[in-house]
Amino acid sequence: MTAMLNVRDLRAYYGQVQALHGLEFDLNEGSLTTLLGANGAGKTTTLRAICNMVRSTGSIEFEGKPLSGRSTENIVRLGIAHVPQGRGTFTTMTVEENLQLGAITRKDSAAIVSDIERMYDHFPVLKQRHTQQAGTLSGGEQQMLAVARALMLRPRLMLLDEPSFGLAPLIVRDLFRILSKINREDKVSILVVEQNAQLALELADKAYVIETGRIVMSGSASEIANNEDVRKSYLGY
Amino acid sequence: MELFTNQVLAGIATGAIYACMALAVVMIYQAIDHLNFAQGEMAMFSTFIAWQLMQWGVPYWGAFLLTLAFSFAGGIAIERLLFKPLAKAPILTNVAGFIALYAIINSFAGLIWDFTIKQFPTPFGSSPFLGSQLISTHQAGMIGVTMILLVLLFFFFRFTRIGLAMRAAAAMPESARLVGINTSWMIALGWGMAAAIGSIAGMMIAPVVFLEPNMMLGVLIYGFAAAVLGGLTSPFGAVVGGFLVGIFENLAGTYIPGIGNELKLPIALALIIVVLVVKPAGLFGRPIVKRV
Ligand SMILES: Nc1ncnc2c1ncn2[C@@H]1O[C@H](COP(=O)(O)OP(=O)(O)O)[C@@H](O)[C@H]1O
Ligand SMILES: [Mg+2]
Repeated sequence: MTAMLNVRDLRAYYGQVQALHGLEFDLNEGSLTTLLGANGAGKTTTLRAICNMVRSTGSIEFEGKPLSGRSTENIVRLGIAHVPQGRGTFTTMTVEENLQLGAITRKDSAAIVSDIERMYDHFPVLKQRHTQQAGTLSGGEQQMLAVARALMLRPRLMLLDEPSFGLAPLIVRDLFRILSKINREDKVSILVVEQNAQLALELADKAYVIETGRIVMSGSASEIANNEDVRKSYLGY
Repeated sequence: MELFTNQVLAGIATGAIYACMALAVVMIYQAIDHLNFAQGEMAMFSTFIAWQLMQWGVPYWGAFLLTLAFSFAGGIAIERLLFKPLAKAPILTNVAGFIALYAIINSFAGLIWDFTIKQFPTPFGSSPFLGSQLISTHQAGMIGVTMILLVLLFFFFRFTRIGLAMRAAAAMPESARLVGINTSWMIALGWGMAAAIGSIAGMMIAPVVFLEPNMMLGVLIYGFAAAVLGGLTSPFGAVVGGFLVGIFENLAGTYIPGIGNELKLPIALALIIVVLVVKPAGLFGRPIVKRV
């Protein structure tokens, strides 16, 4: 069986600066995979390379289709939803407009309406605030909105860039519980990059560790969680 | 008092044109963050197309609609051919592009239709409006057209999916791409709509100033002033700004000695500068926040 997402020899560049040096990893359909790494390791760059938002070479295949040469919006239309670092909220628009924008490529307007209701079930706080400008939400609420917006695409694969960043621990736990539920119930495969390794490893089935633009370790999430080096560097015990 | 009321009414009437032009300016500014210096020339060229169609015997409203369609397509073509390649170029390169476009359209119009002034018809007639000597039916029609345009734009941006996508692409292009919006085409669409709106402004003003290749020069500067005053990010602000500039222009010409017609343009320019210094976001615009 070939993986849903297949990354080989990925190199990415910011001008003359090379940020990824031959990165390789797979993500199986249905998996919740995490990519762990310190600040500056290349996590964001990896996700940006998948969506062709940074200059890169190498091969990225999604469900057997090469992604190189496709524009960001075309890659999204294949069913890859990307929740970027900083969340990418449309701050001047209402919460509901943000959700509608998540479904902007879809034509099934009746299903969009019911999906918005489903998002309000997942994230009740968004329902309370649905007419409010998204920029006025708290950090945690904005992260919920970003995840909900991504789900409105009905994606096959969801990419999340440090969803726990800047959130209180309780809210992070809430968010990850929802992600894991979405992964199981809605059959959305998830790739989540994190510095906050502990929770990610609790919920993921597979994990990779990235250092200065290379994968230095891979295995099942529990193997990685029990690895001596990982515990020292990323879990702090 | 009577004089004052008259001047305010006359100002509203001319303001309708500035409002129309400012709407076109705002459409492009939203899409690409630049003022299109060739906007007036594009409108002038569109108006000549309408004139030519009528010369060939097409009735007014037929010519009007065909001109809208031509302008929409032309705006998209200009963006695709000239400004899409310049999207990542420095500001000055873009400004040079606008000036080149200005010169090209202006001389082409002169070449095809020469520089003699031409009569352009109004569909509203030019009798006194409701028996009043203050504004004519044409001026009332112009105000009506501007209002209808504003309402249509409001509904388009607020209640249609394509309008929502255009707003998203203008406000946050990267996030817009990440929800699958083709931001490049949204920009082209903005150009098309701006060109069509500009063509309406041209066809409304031509009966007042006569049709000739340089007819839009002053109007565009007032349009800029209106857009800056109302806030470059707000179509509603652009229209309010248009009316305010029209009123201001008329009152200044009447009450400030020595202004007369010759000094009206510098007044528009002075207004732009004052607004930019005192309230850079304009009356209704979003404050401009530069991300660092
Ligand atoms: N816009 C940029 N310009 C230049 N270098 C960058 C840019 N963004 C990231 N980098 C560099 O690329 C490397 C990887 O960064 P990034 O992918 O953001 O790391 P992470 O998300 O893991 O913190 C870092 O060395 C960073 O300095
Ligand atoms: Mg990062």
